[in-house]
Amino acid sequence: MSALVEVKNLKKYFETPHGMLHAVDDVSFSIEQGKTMGIVGESGCGKSTLGRVIIHLLDSTDGSIYFEGEDVTEVNSSKLRKLRENMKIIFQDPYSSLNPRMTVEQTIMEPLIISGRFSKKEREDEAERLMAMVGIDQRLRMSYPHELDGGRRQRVGIGRALALNPKFIVCDEPVSALDVSISAQVLNLLQDLQDQIGLTYMFVTHDLSVVRHISDDICVMYLGQLVETSPSKELFKHPLHPYTQALISAVPTIDIHHKKERIILEGEITSPIEPKPHCRFAKRCKYECKPCHAPQQLEEVLPNHFVACCRVREINSL
Amino acid sequence: MARTNGAFLSVRDLVVEYTAEDQVIHAVNGVSFDLERGKTFGLVGETGAGKTSTAKAILRILPDPPAKIRGGEIYLDGEDILKISEKEMRKIRGRKVSMIFQDPMTALNPIMKVGEQISEVIKLHNKVTSREATERAVKMLEMVGIPGDRYEEYPHQFSGGMKQRVVIAMALACSPELLLADEPTTALDVTIQAQVLEMINKLKKDFNTSMIMISHNLGVVAEVCDDLAVIYAGEIVELGSKEAIFDRPTHPYTVGLFGAVPTLDEEKERLNPISGLPPDPSNLPTGCHFGPRCPYATEQCSSEKKVLIEIEPGHYCRCTRVINQEG
Repeated sequence: MSALVEVKNLKKYFETPHGMLHAVDDVSFSIEQGKTMGIVGESGCGKSTLGRVIIHLLDSTDGSIYFEGEDVTEVNSSKLRKLRENMKIIFQDPYSSLNPRMTVEQTIMEPLIISGRFSKKEREDEAERLMAMVGIDQRLRMSYPHELDGGRRQRVGIGRALALNPKFIVCDEPVSALDVSISAQVLNLLQDLQDQIGLTYMFVTHDLSVVRHISDDICVMYLGQLVETSPSKELFKHPLHPYTQALISAVPTIDIHHKKERIILEGEITSPIEPKPHCRFAKRCKYECKPCHAPQQLEEVLPNHFVACCRVREINSL
Repeated sequence: MARTNGAFLSVRDLVVEYTAEDQVIHAVNGVSFDLERGKTFGLVGETGAGKTSTAKAILRILPDPPAKIRGGEIYLDGEDILKISEKEMRKIRGRKVSMIFQDPMTALNPIMKVGEQISEVIKLHNKVTSREATERAVKMLEMVGIPGDRYEEYPHQFSGGMKQRVVIAMALACSPELLLADEPTTALDVTIQAQVLEMINKLKKDFNTSMIMISHNLGVVAEVCDDLAVIYAGEIVELGSKEAIFDRPTHPYTVGLFGAVPTLDEEKERLNPISGLPPDPSNLPTGCHFGPRCPYATEQCSSEKKVLIEIEPGHYCRCTRVINQEG
């Protein structure tokens, strides 16, 4: 077992005036050292919350988080500080996630200052090294975020995340706000960094093409729960859960000569506030029946391929 | 009007500029294309390429100042709508031509019932009583898959996908002959996007509506368009049928776009990003605007202005490399 990050039965509920909102509900998976786990799902499925709970930006409601085999679910503040050096996050919006009053260099250097372990000279050298690593020209050292374009800002965000040599980075939709030609540059950078320094990523996105491109393994989330998880290639070759099938079929293809069979989902999305124990996808699922009104468990349907659907074998004639 | 080639919409040499603090931003620099009745034309490009400015020029809703249409003609059904009065234009807007905006959250009035926002358009353009307008608005809601009894609700009571459907219902309320869809699905989740695209395709068929689809997403364009133009720095760099451009992309920028996107159709070990950044529209490079980012650029590219060349019937490309290859 070389899992760097492992979560078991992780839950995150938010209190609302109408009851508990189940943002992350009983999620378990593990990410191996040096690999990329893609977390894919639509808006409101809890994928960003999941990332934030794992790196302790939000407290979990229940369940456990292991980092390098150690239970880090409950940590005191000094432990948390150490932990944060190893777990970083890159945010979706490079416009709002950088402090507008800090220069590029200050932004990248701040984690080094907070750690208190480096002299001024060491910090400057390290900032220079990090800027080179993420492809930001030295002449932009003193620039402010508003002087940079989206792609460069995202590189600054990545540079800051890399300070203190983390082992694990949560990438929360890091290219969604970027234009296609720029997003390809950032995706390549993330892959290069992984090759160079063996980073482990949890890549959160709604974009199936991007997640397939970058991930080794994928978890598909629907309203706070994992509905399917498997190695990336397997998932796109044999999507088994009806939701995954619909999701993949919905992506517009650039292959203009082969029109693909599209599954159009009907029905309304179930509310994540005090949901019934049913399969949460049932209301939109064309295979809905009696057994779907019981809680669904992830089951290994094919080797290394887990699905939470009571009719999965029947639907896919397995 | 001999120059319109009988097309329903014909945009000729459109030039749009924005003035900001003594700077002139060249947003649209001589865009020309034709759209036939019942067809869908795609405008593809990245942020700031001039796609939305082109669409807003067609509706004449560019904010002036800072924006100004500096030149060109836009023929709708043979008539140059840049020459008619604002009063006449108002009769066209919402009735003959209407627009679906990108962001349904900001395109709707938050303090007005959704049904009323639709019936308002109907009342404005038709001699109908309030009751008839309401009835038609309810029908429009139902057509886009929203129960008619939600007429009385406000935008915040709807999900993003439903709000976009309300915006579409509003755009279609007077059965426009031309629909300008500006990234209509970009703010939506994929499963909802699929629903909306399906609906747009069906409505187009039912009403024989012509449409301009603006998108940066090649998949969306492939799904709904007949012809398309790839636009870069306010210029069309490649123009042709969907088949021509998807099967035989020719301009280095078009080729670059295809190489830069991951797709579900093929496996790419590594993406091929277009190097560099889009140019500053207030200070465009001389010669070919794409030259500084182009892997094939020669000295010649930065010295002379490029024109669109027909490289096969109906397929145009703005690149000299193509002529050189053709000999």
